[in-house]
Amino acid sequence: MTFFYVFGKYLLFMKDAFSKPEKFRIFRERLMQEMYSIGVGSLGIVAIISLFIGAVTTVQTAYQLVSGLVSRTIIGTIVSESTILELAPTITSLVLAGKIGSSIAGEIGTMRVTEQIDALEIMGINSANFLVLPKVVASMIMIPMLIIISIFLGISGGLLAGKFSGILPIEEFMKGARSSFQGYTVFFACTKAVTFAYIITSVSAFQGYFTHGGALEVGQSSTKAVVYSAVLILFADYVLAQLML
Amino acid sequence: MIEVKNVSKAFGEKKVLEDVSATFLKGKTNFIIGASGSGKSVMMKCMVGLEEVDSGSILYEGRDFTHMGYEERKDIRKEIGMLFQGTALFDSLTVQENVEFPLKMFSSMSSAERLDRVNTCLQRVNLQNVNQLYPSSLSGGMKKRVGIARAISLNPSYLFCDEPNSGLDPLTSRVIDELIKEITEEYNITTIINTHDMKSVFDMGENIVFIWKGKKWWDGHRKQIRTSGNEELYDFMKAYDIEYV
Repeated sequence: MTFFYVFGKYLLFMKDAFSKPEKFRIFRERLMQEMYSIGVGSLGIVAIISLFIGAVTTVQTAYQLVSGLVSRTIIGTIVSESTILELAPTITSLVLAGKIGSSIAGEIGTMRVTEQIDALEIMGINSANFLVLPKVVASMIMIPMLIIISIFLGISGGLLAGKFSGILPIEEFMKGARSSFQGYTVFFACTKAVTFAYIITSVSAFQGYFTHGGALEVGQSSTKAVVYSAVLILFADYVLAQLML
Repeated sequence: MIEVKNVSKAFGEKKVLEDVSATFLKGKTNFIIGASGSGKSVMMKCMVGLEEVDSGSILYEGRDFTHMGYEERKDIRKEIGMLFQGTALFDSLTVQENVEFPLKMFSSMSSAERLDRVNTCLQRVNLQNVNQLYPSSLSGGMKKRVGIARAISLNPSYLFCDEPNSGLDPLTSRVIDELIKEITEEYNITTIINTHDMKSVFDMGENIVFIWKGKKWWDGHRKQIRTSGNEELYDFMKAYDIEYV
């Protein structure tokens, strides 16, 4: 029963959030701020993670492929395919769930307990729409872009690790990467990115918006936001893989 | 004028307001007084629509707020200004942006006109050279003044003040009281103050509603308190300051 109650509450919250903004000019302003905060603010961590994921995948794949019967170009194939299909979109989104999700839940939760959301409501402003819609839209635009960057950096990390550790030269890595590349896998990665972006922001905003109490509860909401987002991302990852591959 | 008619409100099994009726007069400083947990905050929340009543009605100049839809309520909400107990200033915005916020959302003023209005409101509450400061760098009294400036920026017809003196020293409390009284008379606003600061009540109370255990026990002018003959009110007054009784 609790699940259906919470799910119903979430749907009603989303209905409010996705209504028409009070003033489009202000929505646009807030959207730009959120896009900067979510996109540019997450670039550093995404870059570091992606480079190392690619590098580690190259080294570990080479470690497992000890047979002389298998061409080394397969390392490029495996690293690029696994980066595009799984590592970049999913691992990056899980990291972003921690970074962006906790930030959103903390911000909105603090606004709730300090009566700032009440102040918006009393002014006649749809607070769910005002606070949440720009974040959801901004993340659905910026997170796919971050994932594309992550794919590029992940493959680059793998390529550089292969070259500098002497596993395989750049030419062989690229040959392997190109041999199996399909544009559809990038489309699949972007679809996952948009889905995960929606999950991260809407679930975190929901947790923050219905915070009751004080500092302790704001912290709890942030933790719940990250945990629920991560679990839902993994669930959605499986569903999308079943449906699209 | 605001009329509260036979309002009841319960949270689960706990009855917080029971058949409360009261009238709040235009151009007067109206007080809701009562001990902590007596239901006065819930009554104020019901009046501004942050809580829904279980039964009864709340009329703004005859307009039934309780039975209006969200969109209809918006029109009345734009006539309401509220000073929150914790001020509820938006901590990501400067003082100027806080006061400008309702104007940006609901007026068609140009940015120059808005700035002019912001400065007028800030001057009215005796604040200067604070436009670019953030709420975190203001004292408690200054925050309350900014809260009042934001509440009056749209020329409201109704001003709600929830515990305006909480957390303030006696001297600053009197300054805030005086400010609220002046603004009420100057703009002919229906002001409703929720407090248990009896000094404020005896200085300014033109219409006092005494709530006790969820029921209205007495209402009248401050000069009538001594002759009210209401034992609960006397007990309440004695607990705060015996010299008035």
